[in-house]
Amino acid sequence: MSVLFDGLSLGAIYAMIALGYTMVYGIAKMLNFAHGDIIMVGAYAIYTTMVFWGKGLWVAVIGAAVLCTLMGILMEKLAYKPLRGASPLAVLITAIGVSYLLQSLAQLIFGVTPRPVNLGSFGSVEILGASIPVSTVLTLVIGAVLMAGLTLFVNKTNTGRAMQAVSEDRGAAQLMGVNVNFIIMITFAIGSALAAAASVFYLMQIPLVEPLLGSMPGIKAFTAAVIGGIGSIPGAMIGGVMLGVIEKICLSIDAIKDYTTAIEFGLLILILLVRPIGLLGKKRREKV
Amino acid sequence: MEMLKVENLQVYYGVICALKGISFHVDQGEIVSLIGANGAGKTTTMQSIMGLIPIKGGTVTYNGQVINRVPGHKLVSRGMSQVPEGRRVFQDLTVYENLVLGAYTQKDKAQIRKDIDEIYSRFPRLGERSRQVAGTLSGGEQQMLAMGRAMMSHPKLLMLDEPSMGLSPLLVDQVFDIIRDYHRQGVTVLLVEQNAKKALSISDRAYVLETGSIALEGAAEDLLHNESVQKAYLGE
Repeated sequence: MSVLFDGLSLGAIYAMIALGYTMVYGIAKMLNFAHGDIIMVGAYAIYTTMVFWGKGLWVAVIGAAVLCTLMGILMEKLAYKPLRGASPLAVLITAIGVSYLLQSLAQLIFGVTPRPVNLGSFGSVEILGASIPVSTVLTLVIGAVLMAGLTLFVNKTNTGRAMQAVSEDRGAAQLMGVNVNFIIMITFAIGSALAAAASVFYLMQIPLVEPLLGSMPGIKAFTAAVIGGIGSIPGAMIGGVMLGVIEKICLSIDAIKDYTTAIEFGLLILILLVRPIGLLGKKRREKV
Repeated sequence: MEMLKVENLQVYYGVICALKGISFHVDQGEIVSLIGANGAGKTTTMQSIMGLIPIKGGTVTYNGQVINRVPGHKLVSRGMSQVPEGRRVFQDLTVYENLVLGAYTQKDKAQIRKDIDEIYSRFPRLGERSRQVAGTLSGGEQQMLAMGRAMMSHPKLLMLDEPSMGLSPLLVDQVFDIIRDYHRQGVTVLLVEQNAKKALSISDRAYVLETGSIALEGAAEDLLHNESVQKAYLGE
């Protein structure tokens, strides 16, 4: 039971990160490999506000959300926007470059040694006979609320509909009067804000900050996005939760626990073999 | 009054010159056609006017203002609207959502609802399929949706790029009836067509495009009886 809860909450974290990958891919048609490092930026923002400035958790969370959102917008404006219309390979390599830039900046500013950051203890609650840490429950509940909110936003608001339109046909969206650059900016902002939320929950589980903190969850979440079908928002949610649960189940079984990561990526390969577009991905004929 | 004026418009795809400096104009209240064969540059002209393709040289003036450098999305609120080639309705969105997106620049919710009701009464098939995703519609229904969607922004200048493409003769007639209807409501129309006969029959004036330049221009009536036009485009 507690394994399932742990898995679901880890899955919620993966899903929140995966949403950033999948939305940016769907709308800007690029893989933002620096997305994982936004989590690291968020984590250091929390570290700085709480440990250096001695502020409370809420200040730190809001600070991280604001900083990550701004970072996302800045990253898009400076690194990706000038490359609109460039070959996908150039954009991809730029994204990897941005990733290294963020990691190196963090190393320069904070050094390479992992630093502890304590978000405080929340105790645990009894759910169906199992003792579950409150932080796990919080991750699950807030994660679910954020994802529901995002789904509503995308499906019910004008901006959300414009995002779907840009994702499907950028030119036609522009003919409707949609400012495509603005929509791409909003997408980066939302993705980065979700990454900030993920960084909070990540630190609740592993209370250490280091410059490379974002890369592994980033890769796992990217895997989740691809499993779910990259570009699909519900796909990212399902893929993330699935991967989180599988990871925790594997880790709880002694015989296979050392192979957890291999199993996760093996699952990716298997799913792509059977369904190359991912679980909820859409197959579309390219029009000539 | 000149509503749209295109002067010496040049467009390149890489080093390939697609438009070699074409000039034409559309007066308020007219229906003007651009006709020509595949690859003549008709769609390129339409898309460069709306900012979908960058312009290399020349000027595009709309209601007296040069709009070359105006971002395409801003042209919609100024009263320009385009039904693109191949309809390009949003396949994954419902009919209703497509229409709401057409009204992206409109703020008056009550008016939007009224406009949608009007489109549904004009095209009952769209009303019946309001909650259906547009990708499941037939080609004809998608064309009606694309035309309804373009009208949602209350355009003064409606540009249609090959609205008859891939439609059966009966539907083609219907499409042209609708264009005439919109025109009667006071909308100025710029029409790009391969179906030259149909296009000329509803137009005031027309331009014949040939490999990136204008070969002929004149009153639609005259072009319809022009011998070289008949040979090349009317198959007579």
